[in-house]
Order: sequence, then C-alpha cells, then structure tokens
Amino acid sequence: MSGHCATIRFTVNGVQCAVEAPPMKRLLDVLREDLHLTGSKEGCGEGECGSCSVRMNGELVNSCLVPVLQAEGATVQTVEGLATEGKLHPLQQAFLKCGGAQCGICTPGMLMAGAQLLSIHPHPTMQEIREGLAGNLCRCTGFVRIFESVIAAAAQDCASVSNEAGDAR
Amino acid sequence: MRGNAEAHELVAPGNLAWVLELLAAAPGEWTPIAGGTELMVAHAAGRLAPKKLVSLWGVPELRFIHASAESISIGAGATFRDLRASAGIAAELPMLAKAASWIGSIANQSRATLGGNLVNGSPAADSSPALLVYDAEIEMVSARGSRRVPYAAFHTGYKRNALAPDELLFAVHLPLRFMRSRQYLRKVGTRRAMAISKVALAGVALIEHGVIGEIRIAAASLAAFPARLNQVEAALLGRRIDASTVAAARAALHAEVRPIDDIRSTAEYRKRVAANLLEEFLNELGVEAPRR
Repeated sequence: MSGHCATIRFTVNGVQCAVEAPPMKRLLDVLREDLHLTGSKEGCGEGECGSCSVRMNGELVNSCLVPVLQAEGATVQTVEGLATEGKLHPLQQAFLKCGGAQCGICTPGMLMAGAQLLSIHPHPTMQEIREGLAGNLCRCTGFVRIFESVIAAAAQDCASVSNEAGDAR
Repeated sequence: MRGNAEAHELVAPGNLAWVLELLAAAPGEWTPIAGGTELMVAHAAGRLAPKKLVSLWGVPELRFIHASAESISIGAGATFRDLRASAGIAAELPMLAKAASWIGSIANQSRATLGGNLVNGSPAADSSPALLVYDAEIEMVSARGSRRVPYAAFHTGYKRNALAPDELLFAVHLPLRFMRSRQYLRKVGTRRAMAISKVALAGVALIEHGVIGEIRIAAASLAAFPARLNQVEAALLGRRIDASTVAAARAALHAEVRPIDDIRSTAEYRKRVAANLLEEFLNELGVEAPRR
C-alpha cells in the first residue's frame, strides 16, 4: 500500500470541505487544485518565502509544508476568507491605500501574516512588524510600504474585525 | 513540487499508544513526521526517502510544558511557538526562549517542534547549544517502556542519535539550577531573520571568589553534531579570568572543534568567530556584579 487517497474533512473560510487526496499531498496543492482557492501562492516550496501562508487553527503556517492529512478537522483561513460580507479586511484596505502590493505574488501571504500579527499585537511596534513578516519575502516594494500598510491598518483597529480562524488561542 | 504525494504513505494514529504500537510492529519501517518543516521540504524537492510516515502532529500526549520547582519538562511535540509563549521558560531558561525565537519565521515556529529539531540532528540546530549547557535530559519512549539519557549523549554522529528504531523522543527535561549562573548565547548567521547559523555558542558559568567555579560551553556548527566543548571547559575551570586564560581557552577551542567548509561558511571563519564568541562570553564573566 502507498499513498492511496483518503477523505479529509476540514473547514476552509467557514465552509465545511471534504476532499479525496493522498495524505501526503500538500495543503497548498489541495487548496489550489482541489478547492480552486488560488490566492495562496507557491514561491519557494520550502517554507522560506511565505507566499503560501494561511492560518490553521489560529496559527500562521506555510501551507506548502502541511501534509493535508494533518489538516483533518482543522479550521483553515486563506486570503480568500479575509474579506467578510463583501468588505475588505482593514489590512487589505491599507495595502490598497499605502501601495503595499506591487507584483502581487507575496501579497496573499503578507496579508495573512499581517492579519495574524494584528490579531496578536493590535498595535504592533516596528520590531514586532519586522518579526511578524520576517518569513514573507517581497522583491518589489522593499518592504517599507508593506510595513506602512500594517501601521495604517493598526490605526484602524483591526483587532475589532472578526475573523473566524484568528482566535483559537 | 517535484515530489509525488502518491509515492508516500502517511497515517495519523492520533494517540501515543497507537503510534508506539505501529513502531513496535515494524521497527524502523515508519518515519515519524511532526510539523513537517524539515521532511516536507525534502518532499517538495522530490528527495524524501521514507515511503511510510506516521504523523505525530496532534498527538496530545506529546505536546506539553510542565514546570515544577526543580525542573521544566517539555514534550517533544511542543512547538517553538509554545516554548516562546511559556512564562516558565522565559523566566527560568531564558536562553532556550531566545533560541526558540531564532527558529525560522513565525509560520515555521508554529509548526516546528522541539523533538523534531533534536531528532533531525542538524549540526546547526538552534535549540541545541542552550539545551546542552542547561544539562538537558532526553526521555525516549517505546512500547517496551521509557528511558533517559543526558542530551550530551543523544547525538552519536552526523544525523545519528541514540533512538532505537521503535523509539520516539518523548520529552526534554531541564533542571532549574542556573538562576545564579551567568549565561551567554549568541548565534552568527547571514542575517537576523530566517538564517541557519554559521556558528552558535552557549555558555553558563559560576564565578566563585574570582575564579570560574563551574562552566559549561556548547556550540552548533562546529562539529558533526551540536556538542559540549569539554576541552575548553577544562581549560577554564578554576581559572581567574585574565588575558592568559582567554588565550588558553581560545587555543583549546581551536584544538577541539571540527568545523567544515559548506555553503554557509568556511571552517576557518567558523573557528575564528567561535573563538571570538568565547572571548566575548569570558569578557562578560570578567565584569563584576551579575545582573541577577
């Protein structure tokens, strides 16, 4: 016997899902190929660049390093789940306003890491922002506009924005 | 993604007894995988050799941090985020808290486990130097029972360790007797975030009546596995800290360590920087009045 498909159930952006997949298939690939949630990107595929970042049970994770079997029963939030009721998350609004996105590859991961940061530190220091985003690489903006976006979002009090995956702890 | 998910089996028994039963039934056939920060990298690159994997993620018996007056015990499945969130570790074992903050990014820390870091056995492992100088003990468990070894005896060669094929690393036990000790931990990497160390050095010492009464020094990336520097310790024990002691310690370090040239650094650079770190530690010891 090798990697025969298993039925794996978890919640993505508030929706219950059941996928048939080999247990070692990466969560990233299940999100993109099986669930057609292509917001999460693959950059390095080895947990360095953060472009595949999602939140799983309230923790920021690299979805390229999660075998989908380990997501069984989990609550997952992807960038597609950041806006609620047709309204952008304050961090998304801040990225638009401050020019936080340029080519866009890193943006979904930056948004997820930034949202995670703001859920823990609603008013982060620059050191906390730098550490919170250290696992997300951007080769366009030089990071400054991304940091400014996080600061702008914090000024709007992101913590009050409900999010379904951010409060497991 | 160059790996093939269908070429690997992965099972998740969900509790410790069932994992141990699986390992006992076919010793050496199953490779444990916890947070995947090492094995999934190999998987994506198409170089994950093990075909049968057993998931330790979510096994509740492995994820704990227990503190008592004498010791702190950390389950192998505790993540580095768990370690950083522990008030007991921050207060009693500050170097371990600092080392946990070195592990990759926030996303890596929320998945990477202490047990995984040690079993993977990288010579550059971030948590190892602190655990070595804190005199950590490793508890291993199998269907046959459990046993303990000093962490200093856990690594037996490059990426080799004391685990039998049917055993798991269960917990790391740390005695709490270093509150009076002077402590030093520094990592040198290419940059502050997300860098694997070129060299890292940890030390604890007690200065009594102006001489070194007790000292432990350990390093990463200076040999095939993280290890105590016994000859350096011997060169320092009972000595007063002055220029000749520092010179003797540097010479002992040069004689003892066995670094290599690799993609991250050179043996020569590692030796020289390690000696500089040692000297920095000794200079701090030479300054009067411990901070606590």
